[in-house]
Amino acid sequence: MSDWKQTCTNWMQVSPLLFILGFFLVLPIFAIVAVSFWASTEYSYHPAFILDNYQYLFTSKVTYNVYFKTLMFTAITWAITLVIGFTVAYFLAFHVRSLHMQITLFLVCTIPFWTSNIIRMISWIPFLGRNGIANNTLVNAGLIDQPLEWLLFSEFAVVLAFVHLFTLFMIVPIFNTMMRIDHTLIAAARDAGANGMQILTNIIIPLSTPGIMIGSIFVVTLVMGDFITVRFMSGGQSASVGRMISNEIGLLQYPAASASAVVLLFTVLIMISIMLRFVDIRKEL
Amino acid sequence: MDNDRSFSFYILAAFFCLFVLFLYGPTLTIAVLSFQGPSGGLTFPMNGVSLHWFKNLFEQQAVGDIWGSFRRSLALGLIVMFVTIVVSVMGGLAFRNRFRGSSIVFYLVITSLIIPSILISLGVGILFNVLDWDVHWSTSGLGSQLTWTLPFGLLIMFAVFNRFDSRYEEAARDLGATNIQVLKYVVLPLIAPSLIGVGLFGFTLSYDEFARTLLTAGSYNTLPLEIYGMTTSVTTPVLYALGTLTTVFSFFMIAVFIGLFLWLKGRRKNSAIVDTLEKI
Repeated sequence: MSDWKQTCTNWMQVSPLLFILGFFLVLPIFAIVAVSFWASTEYSYHPAFILDNYQYLFTSKVTYNVYFKTLMFTAITWAITLVIGFTVAYFLAFHVRSLHMQITLFLVCTIPFWTSNIIRMISWIPFLGRNGIANNTLVNAGLIDQPLEWLLFSEFAVVLAFVHLFTLFMIVPIFNTMMRIDHTLIAAARDAGANGMQILTNIIIPLSTPGIMIGSIFVVTLVMGDFITVRFMSGGQSASVGRMISNEIGLLQYPAASASAVVLLFTVLIMISIMLRFVDIRKEL
Repeated sequence: MDNDRSFSFYILAAFFCLFVLFLYGPTLTIAVLSFQGPSGGLTFPMNGVSLHWFKNLFEQQAVGDIWGSFRRSLALGLIVMFVTIVVSVMGGLAFRNRFRGSSIVFYLVITSLIIPSILISLGVGILFNVLDWDVHWSTSGLGSQLTWTLPFGLLIMFAVFNRFDSRYEEAARDLGATNIQVLKYVVLPLIAPSLIGVGLFGFTLSYDEFARTLLTAGSYNTLPLEIYGMTTSVTTPVLYALGTLTTVFSFFMIAVFIGLFLWLKGRRKNSAIVDTLEKI
């Protein structure tokens, strides 16, 4: 087949994909950018070209506080999911010996991903509540006199839920890159006298970096844009950028919400472009 | 591996078990609590054991329309699954060549995956508003969910075709098969088990999708939206009963998909063995 004909065929094959992503991804982003310059009244919004939405956003102290809080959630969640995700993937890839067992245990880790996030959040209530399992256990053990109030509906609960929901996004890509590490490299290192720690820091971590970065991109973008976990797990008491946008939507302030969304998108893009410096994402597939 | 590693093995195995407990423990807790007696609350202790809260689900609901939303979620999940499979296979076939402009399409797919969900919800909502179309779960809801499921489907297809042995196709072509015949009799049967995987992602991610459907489902809720609405108004274990039922349903669907996958894989292996035996 000629080169030109091949290209045509390929474009035809991706045309349904382009149509869907064009209409439900690209156009909506353009719509958000456009509406972020529009003017609004209490009930409606109309075309204009004003910078008020951005001006308000950048001069409000609330914005900076909310961004600080969101970045804090992101950093803590990222660090915890990275440590847990790496350890679990390392165990699966290098300590479980049969491929059959590896796949089974890997599935055990991934199955919750195919169940409802909302229900997984709800299911923390009996555990963390005022009379929940955690408090009762601690009181009965004599470790505390009063039930802890900060377990459920707190920032602690938000981070816990993030870790619960998103660690999987670290495990999968890290496990994937670890499975591709040539085991003769490790044998060679051991023959040359390297101990377990040296093998970990000199071979496994450097070779797992692409997986770590892909996992990090997932976790960072999921936490940065989240509005539902923060709202539910903090009992509405904590703020995040996503919640700020969803509140503005609730008040029908679409231009303000759009401006916030554009700023969020830029923030996320900057963070991703930094992480992409460590990985060639096309090569990893 | 040698003996000096066995100590770290046990530590890591214990860590892994704790992680699995962390992963499944809360879900199991609400499963137990959904069998609360009629006077039981949202936390332990159990006030008797009953099916009261499950029965409650099947009675006329004071709030919302659980079964209607379940039917919508099921229908939407099946549509999303079907579209995801077809579009991902076509996209996967295209990406076997590095055609001109393919990296633009590739980065579009990646963007779709990592864009904060609230932007899709807001953007599609605004777009339909500006076009003066009504948002509905089967139009705007469907499209929004596809922006989440298609990247997963495509990434699976990329992985599948990267490992695909093209000698099978060459052999078929040498025997005079046309492009269509190669696709129908060689490529599709070989990748069939992976299509089950794409279907699993398509269905379950749609069935549980929340953030991208929030502003795009219109006046008829999908099940996750309905459940979320209930969290603010319902304070009885009926919430757990519903959670347990849909989780059981999800597990059932996952088991069906995994079973189908293994069955197709096994059949392929058997037929390969038969072929080899015949040659001998």
